[in-house]
Amino acid sequence: MSAAPESSATGPGPLDAVPESADAVAGRLTAERAVLRLARPYLGRLAGAGLLAAATEFAGLALMATATWLLMSAAGRPPLDRLTVAIVAVRALAISRGVFRYTERLAGHDAVLRMITDVRARVFATLTARRDAQHRSGDVLSRLVSDVEAVQDLLLRVLVPASAAAVVGVLAVAGAALISPPAAGVLALGLVVAAVALPALATVITRRSAAEVAPLRGALATDAVDLTHGAADLAAFGATDAALRAAEQRAGRLARLERRLAATGFAVDAAGVLVAGLTAAAVVLVALASDVAGVLVGVLAVGTLAAVEVALAVVSAARQWTQLRPGLARVAALLDADTPTPTPSPAPPVTDPADPHDLRFVEVSVRYRTGAAPALDRVSLDLPAGRRIAVVGPSGAGKSTLAAVLTGAVRPASGHVTLAGRDLGTYAEEELPRSVGGLLAEAYVFHATVRENLLLGRAGADEDELTAAVTAAGLLDWVRAQPAGWDTVVGEEGGQLSGGQRQRLALARALLAAPPVLVLDEPTEGLDPAAADAVLASALAATPAGHSVLLISHRLSGLADLDEIVVLDGGRVIQRGRHAELVAAPGWYRDQWLLQVAAERGYLALAP
Amino acid sequence: MNRRPFDPRLLRRVPAARRDLAVLALLGVLAAALIVAQATALASVLATAFDGRLNRSALAGLVVAVAARSALVWAQGTVSARVAATVKATLRADLLGAVGRHGPGWVAGQRAGELATLAGRGLDALDAYFTGYLPQLVLSVTVPVAVLARIVVADWGSALIIALTLPLIPVFGALLGWQAQAATERQWRRLALLGGHFLDMVAGLPTLRAFGRARAQTEVVRRMADGHRVATMKTLRIAFLSALVLELVATLSVALVAVPVGIRLLGGGLALHTALLVLLLTPEAYLPLRAAGSRFHASMEGLTALDEALTVSAAPATPRAAEGAATPDGRGEIRFEAVTVTYERTTALRDVTLTVRPGERIAVIGPSGAGKSTLLGLLLGFVTPTSGRITVDGVDLATADPDAWRRQLAWVPQRAHLFAASLADNIRLGAPDTPPEALAAAVRDAALDDVVAGLPDGLTTLLGERGHGLSSGQRQRVALARAFLRDAPVVLLDEPTARLDTAAEAVVLDATRRLVTGRTALLVAHRPALLADADRILRIEDGRVTELTPEPTGKATR
Repeated sequence: MSAAPESSATGPGPLDAVPESADAVAGRLTAERAVLRLARPYLGRLAGAGLLAAATEFAGLALMATATWLLMSAAGRPPLDRLTVAIVAVRALAISRGVFRYTERLAGHDAVLRMITDVRARVFATLTARRDAQHRSGDVLSRLVSDVEAVQDLLLRVLVPASAAAVVGVLAVAGAALISPPAAGVLALGLVVAAVALPALATVITRRSAAEVAPLRGALATDAVDLTHGAADLAAFGATDAALRAAEQRAGRLARLERRLAATGFAVDAAGVLVAGLTAAAVVLVALASDVAGVLVGVLAVGTLAAVEVALAVVSAARQWTQLRPGLARVAALLDADTPTPTPSPAPPVTDPADPHDLRFVEVSVRYRTGAAPALDRVSLDLPAGRRIAVVGPSGAGKSTLAAVLTGAVRPASGHVTLAGRDLGTYAEEELPRSVGGLLAEAYVFHATVRENLLLGRAGADEDELTAAVTAAGLLDWVRAQPAGWDTVVGEEGGQLSGGQRQRLALARALLAAPPVLVLDEPTEGLDPAAADAVLASALAATPAGHSVLLISHRLSGLADLDEIVVLDGGRVIQRGRHAELVAAPGWYRDQWLLQVAAERGYLALAP
Repeated sequence: MNRRPFDPRLLRRVPAARRDLAVLALLGVLAAALIVAQATALASVLATAFDGRLNRSALAGLVVAVAARSALVWAQGTVSARVAATVKATLRADLLGAVGRHGPGWVAGQRAGELATLAGRGLDALDAYFTGYLPQLVLSVTVPVAVLARIVVADWGSALIIALTLPLIPVFGALLGWQAQAATERQWRRLALLGGHFLDMVAGLPTLRAFGRARAQTEVVRRMADGHRVATMKTLRIAFLSALVLELVATLSVALVAVPVGIRLLGGGLALHTALLVLLLTPEAYLPLRAAGSRFHASMEGLTALDEALTVSAAPATPRAAEGAATPDGRGEIRFEAVTVTYERTTALRDVTLTVRPGERIAVIGPSGAGKSTLLGLLLGFVTPTSGRITVDGVDLATADPDAWRRQLAWVPQRAHLFAASLADNIRLGAPDTPPEALAAAVRDAALDDVVAGLPDGLTTLLGERGHGLSSGQRQRVALARAFLRDAPVVLLDEPTARLDTAAEAVVLDATRRLVTGRTALLVAHRPALLADADRILRIEDGRVTELTPEPTGKATR
C-alpha cells in the first residue's frame, strides 16, 4: 500500500531513480503537465487538500508565535483580560492543527485515490486502443503499473507539501512585514534559500547520484541472479568461488560509492539547519536594530524558525520528485502519444454470422525492423470456411507471425489479408475477434476462478457448454476433483496450476469461444506425446464442422486428417500438401516425420 | 514477523558496523545536547530582547549551536548511510556465500528467485531504515532525557509534568498501532486482490484483446480500482486517526506544562528566561517519539528484508568433506548401493542398486517426476542419499572432496544457466585460462560455430541477463561446449533436447553423440532419439529402477 500515512523520509535516502535521458529533461515538465491535466476533475478536492495542508502548517507556526507572545507579554504582568484573546487563540490553534492535519490527509488521499482510479482506467483504455502494445514485454507492462503509483506520490508528496510551504511562506513574510519590513526582508531571503535554492541543489545531487548508482545496482542484481539461478552450473564446473569473489567486489564498490554520495547528499540537510538558525539570528539582529518591541522580537524569532522549517519540506519534495520523474514521463508518454482516439464505433456487424468466413492471404510479407530479414516473405494461403490447415516448420520460421497477422495484431508490410472479401485492416477492433481467434502464443490465465477464465471465451456460456469445452481439452477430471470445482481460483498467472493444466485451460477457453476461424498456436505445448495426441484429436473433433481451423505445431503427429499442411522456413512456404503427399515426397517434412516417428515409436515400444 | 525496531543479531553478524552504530548513538546524544543548547541560547536572546537589548554572547551561542547542529545533521546522515552501505555489502556477501556453502540442492526452485531478489534489490530497502528510522529512534531516547534533565534544573515542576505525560505517547501509540494493524490485516486480502487486479488485467491484455473483451474490461478495471480506493481509505482513516490522537496527546501535555508556567509568570514567580526555555523545549520532548513511530511503518520493508537476510544466511550448512579427502577416479566403476532419497514429502528414489561400468553409455527414461534428475543430482553431489551409498572406483562419494570429484564430471543440464558475460566466458566457465585454440575446438564440437559466426562480436559478444539473446537450441549448444571443454571421463546429460524443435534437436543430438564417445555417460532422455546409441536403458518409475533391453529404433519406422 503506497498510500502510507507517513511523512516522506528526510535525508537523501534511497537512490533508486533511473537516470533521466536527455530528452526527458529537455521536455520540461511536460510529464507533470500531462499528469495535472488528468487531475482536472479533482482539482477542487486537491486544492482543498493543499489549503488544509497550508492551514495545518500555518496553525503550527501561529501556535508557536502566539504562545511566545503570550509568555513574553505575561512577563510584563498585564491585567489578565488583555491576554484572554491570545489564550483562546493558543487553545484553538493547538486543537485545530491536529484536526487540520487529519482532514488534510483524508482529503488528499481521497482525491488522489479517486484520480488514480481514473488514471488506471485511462491507461488501460489507452493500452487496449493501441495495437502495438501487444508487443510490449511483460516487464514493461508491470513497470507501467508501478509508474501509475508515481502519479499518486507526485501529488501527495511533492505538490501538496510544496504548495503548502509556498502559502505559509507568503503568509509568514506578510505577517512579519506588519511588524517590521526589514525583518520580513530577511525572512523572505531565508525562505527563498530554503524553499528554492536548496531544493534545486538537492534535485541536481539526487539525479547525479542515481545516475552513478543505478548501473552498479543493476549489475549487482544480475550477479545475484547468476549466483542463485546458476548455482548448480557454477558448482558443477567449480566456478562458484570465482563468481562469489566478483560479486563481493562489486558489492564493495557499490558500498564505497554509496558512502561517498551520502556525504554530498546530507550536506543539503545540514545547510537547511544552518539556514533556519542563521535566518532567525539575522531577524533578531535586524528587528532589534529597527527598534521593534521586545515581545514582537520574540514572536519574529520563533515564527522565523517555524516558517523556515516548513519551507525545508520542499527539499524532501524535490528529492521525491526527481525519483518520480522517469515513471511520470512513461505514464505521460503513454497517455499523450495518442489520446485514445475513440475508434469509430463499430458499425453494426455487416457480416451475418451465417456468412462464409473465407480467409485469404495474398503475398503477405512482414518485417519487424527495417533491414532485418522478413518474418514472413510473400506468403499466400487460402482458408475457405470449414477448411482445416496446419502450419509447421522449425522454430523461428514465422509460424507465430502468421497467427499474429491473422488476428490483426501485426499488419503486413505488403500484400493483403481478406476475410469474407473485406481487407482485415478495415475490421473494427472488437469486430475481428468475433470471427477470428483461439489459442494464441502466451495465452494468459487470469487470477480468477476456472469459470471466470473460461467465460472470457464466451460470456454467458452455460454449464453444459463449459463441460463440453473442458472435456475436449482433457481438464474435466481435474475440475471435478477440485473441492471448489468451477470456482477454483487458479492463482496469480495461473500459479496454482501445472504447466499442462494451464495449457488445457487456455485451450478449453479457445474451444468455448469457438470463432468461425479458430487459430490454435501450439495447443499441446507442455504435454507429453501421448497426451498431446489425444488432446489435439479431441480438440479438432470438438470444433464444429463449418468452422475453419489454422493449427500451428512443431510436432507432426495427428495431422493426417487435415486438408492442407503448409511448411514454413525462414518466412517462406517451402512445402505444402496433405500429410500423405508430404510424407511420400523428399523434403523437410519427411525428414522430420521420420525422425519423430523413430524417436516416439522407439519410446513407446520400450514401455512395458 | 519480527517487529522489534532493532535487530540485535546485526551487531553480531556485521561487526564492521558496530563502530559506526556506536558513533551514531553518540551523535544522538550530542544532537540532544545541542537542541537543549540552542533553546537555552534562544531563550536568553529573547529574554534580553524583551528589554530591547541585544545579548551578543547569547546570540553568538545560538549561532554556534546552530552551526554545530548543522554539522551534526551531516554527520548523522553520513554515518547512517555508511552503516547502511556496510550492512548491505556484508549481508549480500553472506547471502550469496550461503548459496555457495549450501550448494545448489538448497537453492533450487522458488528459493533461488527469492534469494536473488533479496540479495539484489531487496536489501536496498535498508537505506530507508538506516538513514530515516534508526537516527530518529536514537533521538527518541536521547532528546526526551536531555530535555528533562535541562528542565529539572530550570523548573522541576514542569519537568515533573513532562515526565508523567511522556509515557502516554508510546502507550497510546502501541494501543492505536494495534488497532490500525488489525484493521489493515482485516483488509489485507481484499486490498491485495483489488490492488493486483490492474496488474493482472494489464499483463493479460493480449489475451483479452484476442477474445474481443479488452474494451469491456475497462469498466471492470475502473470498478475494481474504485473498490481499492474505498478499502484503502477505510484503513487510512484508522491510521490517520491514531496519528491525530497522538498529536492531541502531545498538544495537551504541552498545554499542561505551559498553563502553570504562564500563571506563575503573571504572578512574578518565574523568570522570563526560564518560562521561554520551558516553552521552547517542551514540544521537543514529545516530537521524536511521534516521528519515530510514524517512520516505523515506512521502514518495515527494510526490517523485513534484514530479518530474512539474517535468518537465511545463518542457516547451518551441511559440513563439507574435510580437506585432503580422497579423490575418486572417474575412470573407475560407479556403484549405487541400496540408495534411497527422500525429500520432505516424497521419496524420489527407493533402494536403487546399480553398477555403471567404465565407458558405458546408459540412457535413463521414465515419466517426469520419477526421479531421473535425482539420479544425476546424486552423482553431482547436489543431493545426498538418505540411506545407502554411492562409490566411484571404490571411494564413497560422501567422503570425497566434492570439487575434486566434480572436476571429473561434465554436466549438460536440462536448461543451462547462461551468465551475463561474454559467450566465451560462458563456455569456459570454471576454466577461465583456456587457450583460444581449445575454446575454438569446443565451439566446433558443440556445433556452435555457426551461432558464433552470426553474432556481431563473435565469441566476445556479451550475453544479457540469463543469456538473453540466444534461443533454446543455441543455449543447449553452449552447455555442450562447456562439457566438451571440460573433457571429463564421466558425462551427465539431463534431457539435452527438451524444449527444442526437431531441427535444433538434430544438431544437438549430433554434438551429443560426439561428446559421449569414449566416455562413461548417463543420459536422461525424455524424447528418446538418443536411445539408439545407448548400451543399456534404465527405466525409472516411482523411484524404482528397472532395466530394459534396447530395441533397434530403425524397425519402428513406417
